[in-house]
Amino acid sequence: METFWFCVIALLWLGYLFLEGFDFGVGMLLPVLGRDETERRVLINTIGPVWDGNEVWLLVAGGATFAAFPDWYASLFSSAYLPLTLFLIALIGRGVAFEYRGKVDSARWRRVWDTVIVAGSWVAALGVGLVLSANVFGLPLDANGDRLGSPFAAISLETLLGAFAVAGYALVHGAVFLSLKTEGEVRERARSLALKVAPLALLPLVVLLLTVQLRFGSVWTWAATIVVALAALGAYTRLVLRREGQAFALMGVAVAATVTALFGALYPNVLPSTLDPAWSLTVAGAASSPYTLTVMTWVAAFGTPAVLVYQGWTYWVFRKRIGARHIPPVHVPTGDARVGEPS
Amino acid sequence: MDVLDLARWQFGITTVYHFLMVPLTIGLSLLVAGMQTAWLRTGERKYLAMTKFWGKLLLINFAMGVVTGIVQEFQFGMAWSAYSRFVGDVFGAPLAMEGLVAFFVESTFLGLWIFGWDRLPKKVHLACAWAFSLATMISAYFILAANSWMQHPVGVVMDDGRPRLTSIWAVLGNNTVLAAFPHTIFGAFAVAASFLVGIAAWHLWRRTEEGAVWRASVKLGTWVGVVAFAGLAVSGDVQGKLMFEQQPMKMAAAEALCHTEQPASFSVFAVGDVARQDCESVKSVTVPALLSFLAHNDFSSEVKGIQDLVPMYQEKYGANYPVDPQLGELSGKPIDYVPSLPVTYWGFRLMIGFGGIAVASGLAILWLTRGGRVPRGTWFKWLALGSIATPFLGNSFGWIFTEMGRQPFVVVPNPSGVDGVWMFTARAVSNSTVGEVLTSLVALTLVYGVLACVEVFLVRRYVRAGVAGVLPDGEPDDVGKSDDHLQFAY
Repeated sequence: METFWFCVIALLWLGYLFLEGFDFGVGMLLPVLGRDETERRVLINTIGPVWDGNEVWLLVAGGATFAAFPDWYASLFSSAYLPLTLFLIALIGRGVAFEYRGKVDSARWRRVWDTVIVAGSWVAALGVGLVLSANVFGLPLDANGDRLGSPFAAISLETLLGAFAVAGYALVHGAVFLSLKTEGEVRERARSLALKVAPLALLPLVVLLLTVQLRFGSVWTWAATIVVALAALGAYTRLVLRREGQAFALMGVAVAATVTALFGALYPNVLPSTLDPAWSLTVAGAASSPYTLTVMTWVAAFGTPAVLVYQGWTYWVFRKRIGARHIPPVHVPTGDARVGEPS
Repeated sequence: MDVLDLARWQFGITTVYHFLMVPLTIGLSLLVAGMQTAWLRTGERKYLAMTKFWGKLLLINFAMGVVTGIVQEFQFGMAWSAYSRFVGDVFGAPLAMEGLVAFFVESTFLGLWIFGWDRLPKKVHLACAWAFSLATMISAYFILAANSWMQHPVGVVMDDGRPRLTSIWAVLGNNTVLAAFPHTIFGAFAVAASFLVGIAAWHLWRRTEEGAVWRASVKLGTWVGVVAFAGLAVSGDVQGKLMFEQQPMKMAAAEALCHTEQPASFSVFAVGDVARQDCESVKSVTVPALLSFLAHNDFSSEVKGIQDLVPMYQEKYGANYPVDPQLGELSGKPIDYVPSLPVTYWGFRLMIGFGGIAVASGLAILWLTRGGRVPRGTWFKWLALGSIATPFLGNSFGWIFTEMGRQPFVVVPNPSGVDGVWMFTARAVSNSTVGEVLTSLVALTLVYGVLACVEVFLVRRYVRAGVAGVLPDGEPDDVGKSDDHLQFAY
């Protein structure tokens, strides 16, 4: 049962990285692929209806960890306090920026919020990678699960590698997504950018996976790592052939195999201690009681398929490519509706 | 300040701030779904205008509610990790359920509602609004179930020093959440109602075009407000009686009731220093025997005072904190079982007072604008605008009272809860450094401050622009015809 919940949490992370991965990427690429205001609005509207739903995967991953592995949740979140604070501020900024940037018709106003979107997307993607890889490589935890090292213990060469791995993946994933979701010039630009930056941007991911495998790997996590490489190569060739849908799907395979490799290397730990292996939090030791896990299993058994169905439906409803011709003229309040004020 | 104080300030600030958005979202989303339903049934332009206008204000507010909600969830692990370890077996479950069952629905169907105007059949589009709005209430239920468990722990046994869940139905069916949920939902409708009445009355006062829209909004808002206030009074009474039973110290503090009384009188307001636990300097205007009635439904029963409760608590839970470096300065010190009296006493009164003012001003505005009349004086404008703030304040003080009233406990021991399940707030905090918590407290408060300014600026702008800001040149209601333009785009 504990192992099942470990897999569920890995699955929630997978959903999060796959889905929010591309909306991070779109945010990161906003000024690069959107040359003018209309094009930037095209980019934002490709993720408009879905980014919020994507973000809930993170919230549920957090909530499920709290419910199924309270010790894991408590130790990871308190140990990575400062990186998480920065990550939260980035998420807050980009969340409101999507909603607010179009609410006032002023170039300066939009420039400010565009900056928030770009910076927020970068910082959030880097932050996710940092915390996720810190979780895999371990933190200086004592026997109680509390951090003994400095507030910056989560920041090391390996975790910075993890940060760039996720950010690099998001960048490429976002570009592939945009080449699938847009039309005209933006589509071409997104495609050629993805092809151009992919080898460099995916490099940290490959190095991260190799490092993890050399340190903790087993036969089947090696297999997963090979799948990542094959899927990435496949995505690349599909994109060259202008099969954007297949390329996007293969990016999904790559992230699925990445999550498998990382969580496979982690198991049976959920959070290793770098100080003493005896202090590592394990799947068995950090889990909630069997009753709680049973309750959660019932909830997940009914909840998850429903989520997949209606989120899938959302993507179906908004399946059309978006181009400049779809973007309506700006209509936001300027003056006011007053007719006559009483004296 | 030490980590405990900083973490408490941070939790207080982020929670009260988050709860400015939440009730407005809950209340407004259902009203907007209702407006859209009215539009589909009658085809009247007035209702389309209302849907779009109030819907836009809902969206501006919802964005902020989402992002501040993430902070709430992360905070338990970041700043209160000892608490998370202690209660994870039971507290995490409703939190995870909220995400899986409600919040996914909310965020997905809101996206469909915003962008689906020209993509979905009208009825399906309306169903999205209802799905969103019902999910906000389901969200509230799960979160309140988690909170109620802290006020009244049930459905667990103590196992190796930690509560272990034995019945999820006991947690979800906790009488505390059954009372807190309607109270919170009525509070949310009171907020949305005053929002409608205040803004619409202001437009009427300015003689803006689209008078029909504003008149309908005032009427809807006032009646929703009246029903909400009646619901608040009834559910508040039920909740109060439960609290006398479950957390006698909290209610004694709410009344600044120092000595046990029989029958006990209800304090309307007090002059003097309520902070003193002997009440010697306090002159209170009271209603005889009313407190007995509020506590136990009869006018002659005894209500325990602070000075008699303290020894009871000391006997059960100890007179001093254990000696433990984790507790910092408090290690080995005497435990203060009395919550901050000025905060609880005045918090309780301000909650009720602002709620009462809200409904009174709503009714006054409805009366003043009857039959097409609108008062011309500027006092009417201030009445309209001022009434918007009152239920927000009432809600905030209600939460401050509820959460401050359970100190020094984070999980409150109570006579009808599972015996032996409790946790001191001082025990719950992470062993973070002062620097970490201070940095996040300052950073989040600054960000929240800036965003508050932006939100007020945007809301003001859309409010001033009125219907013209959301319906360009009398937009016809033939949505879904043009394929070239998205009808709604960021």
